Amino acid sequence: MENMKSHKTIHRSLRNLLVAMLAVLPAAVSAGPSGQAMSFTCAGCHGTDGSSVGPSMPAIAGMDPEVFVDAMKAYREDERNASIMNRIAKAYSDEQLKEMGWFFASQRLRLFPQPYDPVLAEQGARLHDEYCEKCHEKGGRPGDAGTLAGQWMPYLHYSMEDFLDGKRKWPRKMKRKVDAAIEEAGDKAIPALVNYYGSQQ
Amino acid sequence: MTNLKRRTFIQAAGAAAALGTLGFPSLVLGAARRVVVVGGGVGGCTVAKYLRKLDPKIAVTLIESKPAYTSCFMSNEVLSGERTLQSLTFGYDGLRGYGIDVLQDTVVGIDPETRQVQTAGGRAFGYDACVVSPGVGFKWDAIEGYDEQIANQSIPHAWYAGPQTQLLRNQIKAMPEGGHVIIVAPPNPFKCPPGPYERASQIAMYCKHHKPKAKITILDAKDAFSKQGLYIEGWTKLYGYGTDNSMIQWVSAAAGGAVEALDPSTRTLSGLVEDFQGDVVNIIPPQKAGAIAFGADLVDGDWCPVDKRTFESSRHKGIYVLGDASSAATMPKSAYAANSQAKVAAAAIVAGFQGKTPDDPTFVNTCYSVVGEDFGISVAAVYRLNAETNTIESIPGSGGVSPANASPEIRKREVSYAHSWFKNVINDMME
Repeated sequence: MENMKSHKTIHRSLRNLLVAMLAVLPAAVSAGPSGQAMSFTCAGCHGTDGSSVGPSMPAIAGMDPEVFVDAMKAYREDERNASIMNRIAKAYSDEQLKEMGWFFASQRLRLFPQPYDPVLAEQGARLHDEYCEKCHEKGGRPGDAGTLAGQWMPYLHYSMEDFLDGKRKWPRKMKRKVDAAIEEAGDKAIPALVNYYGSQQ
Repeated sequence: MTNLKRRTFIQAAGAAAALGTLGFPSLVLGAARRVVVVGGGVGGCTVAKYLRKLDPKIAVTLIESKPAYTSCFMSNEVLSGERTLQSLTFGYDGLRGYGIDVLQDTVVGIDPETRQVQTAGGRAFGYDACVVSPGVGFKWDAIEGYDEQIANQSIPHAWYAGPQTQLLRNQIKAMPEGGHVIIVAPPNPFKCPPGPYERASQIAMYCKHHKPKAKITILDAKDAFSKQGLYIEGWTKLYGYGTDNSMIQWVSAAAGGAVEALDPSTRTLSGLVEDFQGDVVNIIPPQKAGAIAFGADLVDGDWCPVDKRTFESSRHKGIYVLGDASSAATMPKSAYAANSQAKVAAAAIVAGFQGKTPDDPTFVNTCYSVVGEDFGISVAAVYRLNAETNTIESIPGSGGVSPANASPEIRKREVSYAHSWFKNVINDMME
């Protein structure tokens, strides 16, 4: 198990390095806007280079590029509950989404303090270790299961509401884990987890 | 002029010295490129920040007449009491942190031949590229009896956030229980197309709790308006629109809403069909590009024509015009549009300095309106260049407004996202 995990980590570092290198290479000679130019247009809602200053639009800097592309495709195909992203995602091709994914993956995530309930956060930390850490590694730091640590709390709430209301497709194993956390902590499970992630600043 | 030469020399010498130590011999011979930005609104601030972000060797000077920026977007929330003017006001120190020279002065002339900007303070600045982002000006002769002095004193336009916004807020608070507020909405094109209707909504939101018998009438120079279906859905749900007791009335141009004259002493507006008298009157005049755009010969008609690939003026090389003042249809005159155009212009200016052809541009507009408690709506669009026609077109199949009859949960989220959008636009332009 340990070996597998460290292998995975190395693999990911290499890939992120590659991603970062690709993002800084000049765009190939082609028609159409650059990945950087497309990514710059997101900043009015997601902050400069994807570090949202909140209070509810999610940070996307440092995001795993595959998670980014998958999320955008889901919005584009109306497979993910959206208020606005579905309308915007429809403008981009697969290739353009990949370029934007590379751009955001190579940006440093800047986190900003937000108010949270320390008691709930402590409870959430325990729930996280028990039910979430396996996929959302290092307390939910940016990775191939998205960015939870330091993410804006209203956004995390909306996401969990959508999962629980059947408006967003559960990733593999997640429903079972969330159900177990709710069985343990009842109504406080989701607020506790959200406060825990929000507390990581 | 002496000042100019001295200043330029110091900048050039400083840049040359800095570069010399870094060992770029080919660049030491040339001075740092200089960009002068005229106007410290969304377009001006964003272009200044992104120029420095894309190429920190460029010397950027931003000239703005006010000491701080006050955001128009979200300023309708001052009218409902949801926020203060202070919460919309931001200093320029964030931009200074990017190494931008922010100066408080008023630009009075731009000479495209000698490439110099002149200020009211008697200073002159040479430039390699000049960016003009002056916002809108008003056509004061459009409504007889209305002028700038009346706007400042008694019948505000409040279409720039500031003392007039506070004046309007105070008037609404002070009006009688069953008071009548009249908003005169301008003809297209104008800054913030959904703004007058959000304004009516925010005033209604206040009155619903504090003056439930009050009425708000929008006298419109148009027969249709931005996000109309969604506004009417929200007004119906929140303010009884469509019933005899509706708090909000909208009078289209066809129904006699176009206003020709004002009697300021009685606050009476003359329409084509009938007169309207209000306890509080807010006139949003018809608009054109800001004064310096006319002073610098950048306009054709009311607005400034530009090359849509770069936002360089079609009238004078080396001058770029951004935001509300530019003629950038089909993009609206909005904060997000100005922010998006500024990044295209910054990239084009940098490419030009490097002797490269600028990439194809890409633009986004996103605009949120808060219709009432837990009722937010939005419009979004992604745009591309049609190089053959030099027009900006919305990418087919994308964009549009919030869905009709969305769930209460989505409407509530859009209020929260509206406030996030506000903070992130401010962040991206000046923090």
